[in-house]
Parts: sequence; structure tokens; C-alpha cells
Amino acid sequence: MSRFETVIGIEVHVELSTNTKMFCGCSNRFGAPPNTNTCPVCLGLPGSLPVVNEQAVRDAMKIGIALNCEVARSCLFHRKNYFYPDMPKDFQISQYDEPICFGGYLDVEGGRVGITRAHMEEDTGKSTHIGEGGRIHDATHSLIDYNRAGVPLIEIVSEPDITGPAHARAYATELRNVLRSLSVSDVKMEEGSMRCDANISLREPGGEFGTKVEIKNMNSLRSLQKALEYEEARQAELLESGKSVTQETRHWNEADGETHSMRSKEEAFDYRYFPEPDLVPQAPPLSLIEEIRSSMPELPASRRARLAEDWALTDQQIFTLTSVDGLLDLVSDAVERGTDPVTATNWATGDVLAKLKTDGVDADQSGLNGHKLADLCELVANGTLSTKLAKQVLITVMETGKGPGEVVEEEGLAQVSDESELAAIAEKIVNDNPGEAERYRAGEEKLLGFFVGQAMKATRGKGNPQALNELFRSKLSE
Amino acid sequence: MSASTAAAIARSIREGQTTATEVVEAHLAEIERTDGDVRAFLEVLGGTALEQAKAVDAGEVTGPLAGVPIAIKDVLCMEGIATTCGSKILEGWRPPYTATAVRRLVEAGAIPIGKTNMDEFAMGSSTENSAFGPTLNPWSTGHVPGGSSGGSAAAVAAGHAPVSLGSDTGGSIRQPASLCGVVGMKPTYGRVSRYGLVAFASSLDQIGPFSHTVEDAAIVYAAMAGHDPMDSTSLPESVGDPVGAIGRGIEGIRFGVVTELAGDAIEPEVAAAFASAIEGLGAGEVSLPSFDHALSAYYLIAPAEASSNLARFDGVRYGLRIDAADTTAMMRRTREAGFGPEVKRRIMLGTYALSAGYYDAYYGQAQRVRTLVANDFGRAFEDFDILLSPTSPTTAFEIGERTADPLAMYLSDLCTIPANLAGIPAISIPAGVDSRGLPIGLQLMAPALEEERLFAAAAELETRIGFDAKPALTGGAE
Repeated sequence: MSRFETVIGIEVHVELSTNTKMFCGCSNRFGAPPNTNTCPVCLGLPGSLPVVNEQAVRDAMKIGIALNCEVARSCLFHRKNYFYPDMPKDFQISQYDEPICFGGYLDVEGGRVGITRAHMEEDTGKSTHIGEGGRIHDATHSLIDYNRAGVPLIEIVSEPDITGPAHARAYATELRNVLRSLSVSDVKMEEGSMRCDANISLREPGGEFGTKVEIKNMNSLRSLQKALEYEEARQAELLESGKSVTQETRHWNEADGETHSMRSKEEAFDYRYFPEPDLVPQAPPLSLIEEIRSSMPELPASRRARLAEDWALTDQQIFTLTSVDGLLDLVSDAVERGTDPVTATNWATGDVLAKLKTDGVDADQSGLNGHKLADLCELVANGTLSTKLAKQVLITVMETGKGPGEVVEEEGLAQVSDESELAAIAEKIVNDNPGEAERYRAGEEKLLGFFVGQAMKATRGKGNPQALNELFRSKLSE
Repeated sequence: MSASTAAAIARSIREGQTTATEVVEAHLAEIERTDGDVRAFLEVLGGTALEQAKAVDAGEVTGPLAGVPIAIKDVLCMEGIATTCGSKILEGWRPPYTATAVRRLVEAGAIPIGKTNMDEFAMGSSTENSAFGPTLNPWSTGHVPGGSSGGSAAAVAAGHAPVSLGSDTGGSIRQPASLCGVVGMKPTYGRVSRYGLVAFASSLDQIGPFSHTVEDAAIVYAAMAGHDPMDSTSLPESVGDPVGAIGRGIEGIRFGVVTELAGDAIEPEVAAAFASAIEGLGAGEVSLPSFDHALSAYYLIAPAEASSNLARFDGVRYGLRIDAADTTAMMRRTREAGFGPEVKRRIMLGTYALSAGYYDAYYGQAQRVRTLVANDFGRAFEDFDILLSPTSPTTAFEIGERTADPLAMYLSDLCTIPANLAGIPAISIPAGVDSRGLPIGLQLMAPALEEERLFAAAAELETRIGFDAKPALTGGAE
């Protein structure tokens, strides 16, 4: 570990999942054919004018409240001016010195992180560079899709309170959990609906802030941490060897695991911010702020406290349940149908999650729901299925969407618990294996497993193991 | 046709004395005969105008302006019709939508008969900054018609259309109205939707009418004013009955002359005509000291907003594109080739005024002056109901006279700029001619939203002045 103290601040851009874009009525749907979700306003055609999306303003306030921010009674939009082909007006409507939310915090593992501000802005379009390497420098031409232009964004800026890469990841993870609980965004880093930029600098413990470097292009929480770890080490090495850190923006390259210089401070833009004259100040009435405040959903922190208290789950279980989309809903629904919370959670965080990961789908895309999970647990509890068979049934349920009962029926998986049927089987096995029976009777008790195994084989795994244990024990002691 | 008013034309069509087709044909013939002398039009919409006339004659379209030809400044978007803003940079662009103001007029029965010439992006006071050559003053073709809406002013003065639309950012309707001997009116900021008006300076731009009479101005204004959800700066207040205000007279109205707008800068002949026009009104005097700085403030605010509004003309999506090796070079070359010198000058000025380190001294200071101007108006309107001044310090100047001296050109708007900075309504009416036979204009200004009072007072002065001079155009020029 180096002798320096790490200082990190994170800017997160979140695409809101409103029905329409920030300043026009175009659909805000991801994945439509290029340039189909466009109109004169989001294409920035001459003479077009922006109109603020009320839902986006409400979502912004919701986010601010969830992050313990103050919601401004009046806020302004500004124009951020710079030339960029992705940006139809060659300026971005954003917020500057009067954001809608400011002065909050988020408690995360590793310590509280201050939230400087959460402000509203519009997204840009997306370029595809056609040519050799798919990079702008060797492209023969570029294609622009303006479907994303004008999509509502919330930029959440943290204070430089983050003390290291792991803390940064914890912050981004918890922020994602909070945003997900608000149902305001898909918050998918791979799809770009949540994007993290980080500022990192090193300093002597307790000393003045060092020169900061901004890093971009981290497409997962894991790469956020990796990029910061790389950058932390790079800066420490520079400082240790008496060199200085250059203030610049660096690009994280996932492939080589390094950051690369994009532009230095000298090349930084002068954005010439000024109040957007086409929009009037936003002044949400107090009643609206109160309405939103009183209808806030349960946030992850209080949900975790509730789960620990009511369901007696471990921290790790709670963390998993609340970090993966839909998992908690699944368990909650099962518990509502009478399943024991710990049992349902064990299934959800174990086999269910493993299968979801293997298939690369979200919980709500699989064939399983809370109802079916409850049924499955019941089939195990009443002895119809062994745990082993239940795992097999679960896979089929998740793949086909069929009910567990139906799967058991179709595949004939019900456990054989019928005494007389099992007794007959046991009888036959004991008779067929006199040598082993003799040895057992002579005290080699571990051979019980052999007999049960033979019986399972004979029932193609459907024999009730407990019942078979009992049967063999009594039969062999006869 | 040139003497006919919109009110008279609509009436005679309604009463069956003539048809819309006859009216449109007569105006098209007049354009054919004399527009070679004036060059008011960039495009004559003969085909669509005759189609619309047929619809009026078939009774399919009714409304207060049914069958009335109207000329449209080429800064207003009309679906499928080339809109150039007097600039090469919009070459080939046909908007996919129609400006709210134009749509409302068409719904009221008005028939767009052509798109009129203007200073490029409405920047200028003589229409000499058009990329397509200057418009000439119908009263004397060696003189300018004023600007930037010179084409629309000249079209009405020449009898090419009884009414027309212009846009007024610092006087671009009132000043050319004054120089062309017609009525020109700028509504309260926010009264007429700016949706579809290609922006010059968003916080100052307003669409307004040109006409021969105050009544016609009120009719056109009434047809297009009122709240538009597509323009966030559009005012929700009721428009009232501006046409009904004509004939209410001036009883009880207290007139005040702004001394800062009637001093040494005013040409003696203009000052004399102004004095004689307001004789018998019992007008008092009011000094509004902040007006001495209004021109400077305007020439920071308007260019600042313009520098941002005009950024989108970059060759990426529409209009002119000059190809180059990379996108940045393409944008630079396109803008270099596409914009004229005055537009470039203002983009430079505005960019500078918004730059880091200069913002507060220039843009910030200008906004403070703007507040002072509004406060001064507020004070003056405590003692007076209507404020008076000459519209333009001089009558029409010669073609080329001020092109080499931007500052002399900027002074043309001395008297008109304060109303834009404060967002109040103002109107220019003809008040006589100078010794060379060139028209002189009188400006009336009213408090925000008091258009009814403005029209009532202007109509009364119009009657008292009894201006009946007409330009004599021989026709025959190319």
C-alpha cells in the first residue's frame, strides 16, 4: 500500500425511463431502428423549441429526495455550448449553478458519501464510425443515430468523499440499488443507462488535494473499481518517483486494463454556460415536492433493515437479494404464499441466481415467479420431491415457465414414499446382496449407504431417502 | 390593389364582391409587375396560394382573414417550403413543419403568397445582409427598406400583399415599417408563439405584422396571438379583443415622450415630423437614463444568444456542407462558407461575451442593464399610459451608405431596442415624409400585455395624422 491517501469523486449519468424524451414528445424507448424516435425538437431543427417533460422533473425530485438532497424551489436550465456531431443543436441543455437537487448524501459500506448535486439534462445521439478499426481516426464515414438525443438524464455528482476503489464501487452499487428501487431508470451500465465517470487524485494524508485525473468509459461496476485501482497505482508510482500527475481526462480500456490519455486540461472546452432563454425557470410548488416525498417507495437501506429484522437473513443474503433485479420480489411473493423466508431466500440466492447467470437473463424474464417458487418449496416440504429432484424441477420451470406440479407430473418425478412399494424393493435388494447384508449385520454400518444407493438406482432417484434409510435399518436388523 | 386593406379584402370576399382567386391573382400580377424594382420576395408561392384561394372560394376555409394574401418573412418555417433566413447555410433545407403563427393565420384563412427577403438570420437594419442581394425601398429604390424584415415591409409598401409577417429582435419590424411608410407592430414577448421562428436571440425575438392600417395589424395579431404549448415562453394570458380596441379613442390616456429617444441623435426632419404628429396629445416628458446603455446591452445579449442558436448550422444534418477530411474541419469550412460577414461578426462578439472570465463583465453586465431598462419602463408607466418616440432616428439611407460602418448601422435601432429588452409591445405608424419624400415613423410603446391600449391609441393617432402618401412604382425592372 502506498503512503498516499486516495481522493475520489464520481459523476453518474442516469437515463430516465420516462415515456417521452426530456424536451419533446418522442418515444424514449431503447433499441428502436435508428432515427425513428425523432422530431424537429430533438433533431434541433431551426425554429424548434424545447418543452420540459414534467415526469422527468418529478423523477429528478424523487432521486434527490432518495439521496437526502434539498429540492430547489426554483431551478434553471443552462446551455452548455460545444460543437459535437452527436449533439443536434451543438449545445446541450443542462443545469449549471441552480440545479434541481443539491446537498445530499448516501450511506454506503466504507462510509457516507456526500452528494453535491443531482441535475437534469438531455442525452446526445450516438455515432457509429464506419471503417477499418471502428474508431473515429480511421473511419471512412460516420453514421449518427439521434434516437438517444434528448433522452432525459440525471447527473449525480458526489463530493470527493470516496476513499478508494472499493469504496467507489460500493457507492456506485448502492446508488444503483437506490435508483432501481425508485423505478426511474433501467440503470444498466452495459447498455449505458447508467454511466460513471470518476475523478481521482492522491495526496499526503490530510494534506492538500493533489492533481486530479478524470477517467471515463467504465462499463461495469467491476471495471469502475479496476480502472480506479489502475489509476491509483499509476499516480502513486508517478509521485513516488518524484514526477507530477498531469490534469487530464483518461479513457479506461477494458481490453488492456489500462487508462489512456484523451485530452489535457489545456484542450478542455470553455462551455460558455448561460441561462437557456427558451425555457422559463422551473419552480415546483411545495405541494408537489411534499406529494413526492410522501409517496416514496421503500429505499434499499430501510429494506435491508426490515429483511434482517423480519426474515432473519444474513447480510450476505440481504445484499444479494437487494442487488439483483427481481430477486427480492420473487422471495417476497413466495413468502406471501406461506413459504419460510430463509428457505425461499436460499433457493433464490442459490440455484435460481446461478441459473439466471448461466442464461444471462433477468428474474422477470425467466419462467419462475413467486407463486411457482412457493409451490416448489411446498413439494419439498411435504416430501414429494427430494432436494436433488427439486433442483432438477426448478431448472425446467425456469426454462419452460411450467408449474412445478406440472413438471413433476409430466416427468414422473414424484418421490416414491409408498411403504409397501419401497419395502418390496428393499426386500429384493437385501436378498440380492447377501454378502453385504452379512457384513452390515457384522457391524459394518456404513454399508447402509450402499443399500440406499441401490434402492435409489432401482427407483431412478425417486425413492424417499429417509424412508429407505428406515426400511433398510429395520430389515437388516431382523 | 395597393390601397386595399386586409379588412376590406376579407369583407368584399365575404360579401361576394370579389373572390379569393381574383384577389390572389391580382396580387401575383402586382408582384410580377413591380417586384423586379423592389426584390421583396425570395420565393413567390403562386401555386399553393391559388390552391388555397380556391378552397376559400369553395367555402372550405372561413375566418377573419379568408382570402387575404400575406407575405411571410423567410425566417418562419412552412412545411415543405424552402426557408433560408437570407443565408446560404440553409441551402436546400425544407422544414418538415409549419410555424405556429403561420399555421394559425392559415387557419384564419390567410393565404401565404411568398417568402420575403431579410438580413441574414435577421441580423441587420437594411436587408443588405441578405445572401441573396438587398431589397430596395419602394419609395426610392436607391434607398434601403430598413431591416431586418425589409422584404416584408417593402412587400406591403409596394402593394404586393396587404399584410405580412416579420420578426423583431431589436426593431426589425418597426424600423423597416418606419422606413417604408407602413404600420409595423411588435407584440409583448411571449404573446405570439416563436415555435417555427428560426431563432436569432431567443429572449428578444417576437413575430409581428406589417400592414397599411392599425386595424389590419390588430386583425393579423389577433389571429396568431395566444398561448402555444410548443413554446415554453408563450404567455397563458388571454389575448382579449385587440380588434375591438380600434375606435376606443384616447380619452384618459396619458402620453409621455422619452427624452433619451428624442434627443440629438434624431434627424431634424424626423424630430419635426414627430413633434407635429403628437401635437395636441398633451404629452409629458420622461427621462429614462438607463436607455443610454440599452444599445450596448443589446449588442451583447443578442449576439451571445445568437452565437449559441446558430451553432447548429454545422453541415452535419441539413443545409450547406463543405466536405473536408474530418468532421471538425467540415464544420469549420461549412460555417466559413455559409455565413456572411455580419453573422460571423455577431457570432464572434457573442462567443467572446460568454467566454470564461468575460461572462460577468459582458453578458452579466448587459443583463443588469436589461433589468434597469425594464425598471425604468415600469417607473415611466406609473405616470404615463403610452410612451412615444420616433421609430428611427433617420429616414431611409442609401444603399451601401452604412455597410462599411457597423456602428452607424447599429444606431438605426436606437429607439426600438428598449422595448425588446423589456419585452413590452410597441408599434410604428407612418407620421409623414421628409423633404426627399421618404417616410417617417412614430413609435408607441405600452406596458406588457396592454396591446389593446396600444392599438386604440395608435388607431387614433393614425386618424389624426391622416397619412395618405404612396410610393409610385413604375415596374419594368428585372
